[in-house]
Amino acid sequence: MMRLLFALLALFIGPTLTMQQTFAQQAMPPAPYAYVQLEDPALEAEAAELMGTLRCLKCQSQSINDSDAPMAGDMRHQVRTRILAGESPEQIRSWLVERYGDYVSYEPEVSSTTWPLFAIPLLLLAVVGLVLMRRLGKRRSDAEEVN
Amino acid sequence: MRPIYLIPLALFLFFAGLAGYQLTQPKLQNIPSQMIEQPLPEFTLQPAFEGLPGASRSDFVGGQPRLLNIWASWCLPCIAEAPHLERLEEAGVEIIGVSIRDRPEAVASFLNQHGNPYTRIGADDISALMLDIGASGVPETYVIDAEGNIRYQHIGDIRTDTVPLLLEILEEVR
Repeated sequence: MMRLLFALLALFIGPTLTMQQTFAQQAMPPAPYAYVQLEDPALEAEAAELMGTLRCLKCQSQSINDSDAPMAGDMRHQVRTRILAGESPEQIRSWLVERYGDYVSYEPEVSSTTWPLFAIPLLLLAVVGLVLMRRLGKRRSDAEEVN
Repeated sequence: MRPIYLIPLALFLFFAGLAGYQLTQPKLQNIPSQMIEQPLPEFTLQPAFEGLPGASRSDFVGGQPRLLNIWASWCLPCIAEAPHLERLEEAGVEIIGVSIRDRPEAVASFLNQHGNPYTRIGADDISALMLDIGASGVPETYVIDAEGNIRYQHIGDIRTDTVPLLLEILEEVR
């Protein structure tokens, strides 16, 4: 009976606690450029392209462009204000990578941990090329023998 | 069948096994900051409420090593770490707070309820300092040496066993 009571209590209190939390967090207005686009469409396009390849640190596998997490909004604000101040998208990406490592970027760079990503396709192509050359070479020599 | 034809199957099984194994592993929760052993970036933050001054980089330079505690009144683990911050303060550590996306009245009532271990609290309404030091959540605590360099990052709430660890590191970087 007590257990049931606790379960019911948790059912009611749980959501109110999390709601309080989200409400409190949303009570602050978002950063100016979290949900506001840059006036210049060219600059906004540059920012949007970059934001689509930066990882939201608070979410599971979402870019900061796709996320409504308050921190993603703050990151969008940083990207837009920095673009507006004349920084290039790559400068902004490396500013974030310097702080969070490769984790924050969806565009992998060649590094000590990521090199297999780049090396394996080349290796596979080389293997395929070798196999093809041997087979085709063999077929040609077979054909010559028949002639 | 020639054994060479088993290679694709073996490769497939290897990758399926790898994926299966990774699915059983917990998600990487902590994203460590790359700013350890780097100077604390330049910043100036307004007071988070009327009771204490705001915070800037210069508050970390000179004297003793200090703690930089990133927190917020809306953050539940911050309630859990409040008594441990008090213990650090009682041990003579200066703790400078930075509150994230917080309202002054919420900061004041949190401190009333859970105690105030801070000498200063800066208000970071747009996570500017948070992003600049590579913090990815609330709460996080950084050890800053007297030259203003970041020496250690603790991710998540400070627990009973974190207190002696932080005291030890504060002593080490002195």
